[in-house]
Amino acid sequence: MRPITYSRATDPQSAVATVSADPTSDYLAGGTTEIDLLRQYVLQPRRLVDINALPLAGIESTPEGGLRIGATTRMSDAAAAPEVRERFPMLSEALEKGASPQLRHMASLGGNLLQRVRCSYFRDPLAPCNKREPDSGCSALTGHSRDHAVLGTSEHCIAAHPSDAAVALTALDASVHTLGPGGERTYPLDDFFLLPGDSPHREHPMAHGELITAVEVPPTPVARRSLYLKVRDRASYEFALVSVAAALSVVDGRIADIRVALGGAATKPWRARRVEDFLVGEVAERRAFAQAAQVELAEARPTPMNAFKVELAQRALVRALGTLAEGTGLEDGSPA
Amino acid sequence: MSADDQALTRRGTVLEERGPGPVRVALPVNGTEHAVEIEPRVSLLDALREHLQLTGAKKGCDQGTCGACTVWVDGRRVLSCLTLAVACEGREVTTIEGLAEDGALHGMQQAFIAEDAFQCGYCTPGQIMSAVALLEEGRTGDEEIKEGMSGNLCRCAAYPNIRAAVRSVRDRA
Repeated sequence: MRPITYSRATDPQSAVATVSADPTSDYLAGGTTEIDLLRQYVLQPRRLVDINALPLAGIESTPEGGLRIGATTRMSDAAAAPEVRERFPMLSEALEKGASPQLRHMASLGGNLLQRVRCSYFRDPLAPCNKREPDSGCSALTGHSRDHAVLGTSEHCIAAHPSDAAVALTALDASVHTLGPGGERTYPLDDFFLLPGDSPHREHPMAHGELITAVEVPPTPVARRSLYLKVRDRASYEFALVSVAAALSVVDGRIADIRVALGGAATKPWRARRVEDFLVGEVAERRAFAQAAQVELAEARPTPMNAFKVELAQRALVRALGTLAEGTGLEDGSPA
Repeated sequence: MSADDQALTRRGTVLEERGPGPVRVALPVNGTEHAVEIEPRVSLLDALREHLQLTGAKKGCDQGTCGACTVWVDGRRVLSCLTLAVACEGREVTTIEGLAEDGALHGMQQAFIAEDAFQCGYCTPGQIMSAVALLEEGRTGDEEIKEGMSGNLCRCAAYPNIRAAVRSVRDRA
C-alpha cells in the first residue's frame, strides 16, 4: 500500500473544498472498497478525507411520506430501521443480503452506491481494463466472464454492477443528493449510474469532490408488498449472479402497479421497464410473468461463460413476481 | 484566485493533512488509552498486532473476506483489516484480549472450548468476537445465528460446532 495522508472532516463544506481542490484526494467513508482497492494498488489517492464524523447519518421521513437516508448511514442501520422495513421491504432485504454483518456495520449507503465492480481484471492492476485505465482494453471480453453482465454491456466493458441496495433503490425511483463546489444537486438514480458505453471509467455524473449527502426514496405505496430475491453461488456473503427487486399491487385480478429492477446481470442497476410496461393491466399469472421476463432479456448480450444468466434472470423474475402474487388468490399455483 | 475559488474558501476551509510519515494516534483499546506512532496507511489490525502486541486478532486475507480480524469499534463488530487505525482515534476498540474479566474466560470462550468449536484455532478470535456481538445484536434464532456468522470463514469447517457454541450461550441467557 502506498503512503497516504489523512484528514478528518468536521463539516461537509470543508470536506468538499478539500477534495475538490485536489485531484489526488478521495473521501473515506466505511472504507470497505477504498482501503481494499488502495491496498491492491487499484485506487491510488495521495490523501484520504474521512467523512465519518460529518452529520450525514440518520433516516428521516419526508413530508410526502418518503424517506431521506443520510449518506453515512451504515447498511446495517438502514436495513434495521422500522420505517425501511415497513415501507420498503425490498430495500431492507437488499441491504441485509449484501456482504457480511461486519461489513454492513462499516459500509455507508453513499459508499455502497459508489462501490467498485468485482471484475477480477479491474481488481488486478496488471491486467488491461478500460474502467481502471481508459483505452487499455477489456480483459473480460475474452477472459473469465462468468460473473459479468448480460445487459447494458459494451465492447469496452462488461463488468456487472455489484450493489444490491442500488437495485432496490432504482426500482423505488430514489434520488441521490450531493454537495459539490457549485452547491447542492439531485440526480434521479437511474441517471446517476452510467452505462459503460465507450467510457467505462465514468460510472456516475459527479464531479471530483462532489459528495453524496443523502439518498431520498419517494413515497411508494406499492413497495409495502415487495421483496429482494438474490441468487448466488453460496447461501450467504456472496455477490449476486442475478437478483430481482420487485413490488406488486393487484386490484380486481389485474396488476395495478409494479416495480421491477434487476441486479447482478447488468452493468448498472437495471430498471426492468419492459417487464413493468408489459405487465401493467395484465392478469397476475405465471405465464404473463414469463413472457414479460423474456421481453426484458431479449436484448441480452451474453458471453459463452455467462449465457446461463439470461435464463436465470428470467426464472428469478418469474419467481419474484410469483411470490408476490401468491396470497392474492391469483397465482396459478405452478412452480416458478 | 478566481471568483469561484473565493466562494469556495468562504464556504469551507481546506483541512489539515496528517502524514504520510508517522503521526501520533491516541487509540483506546480494551479500556486502556494507548498512543502509537503510525503512518496513516496502517490498518487497525496492524496497529493492534505490530504496535500494541495484541496479536489476538488474526490476519487471514487482509482484504475483508475472511473475518479473522474481527474486533469491535464502539461496540460494533467490524473488520480491522479494512479499518485505518488513524480513523479510530477517539473511538473505543475491543479485541479478544479484552473479553475475559478478572482472568475468567467470557462465556462464549468457554462455550467454544466445551463444544470443540475450533481445530487450528486461527479464525477463533474473530469467530468469538463476531459471536458475542451477534447475540448482543439480538439475532438469536437458529437461522439468524447461521446467517449472522457467515462473515467468519473457518477453513477447518468447524461450523456445526461453532453454531452449537453460539446456541449454548444463547440458551444460557
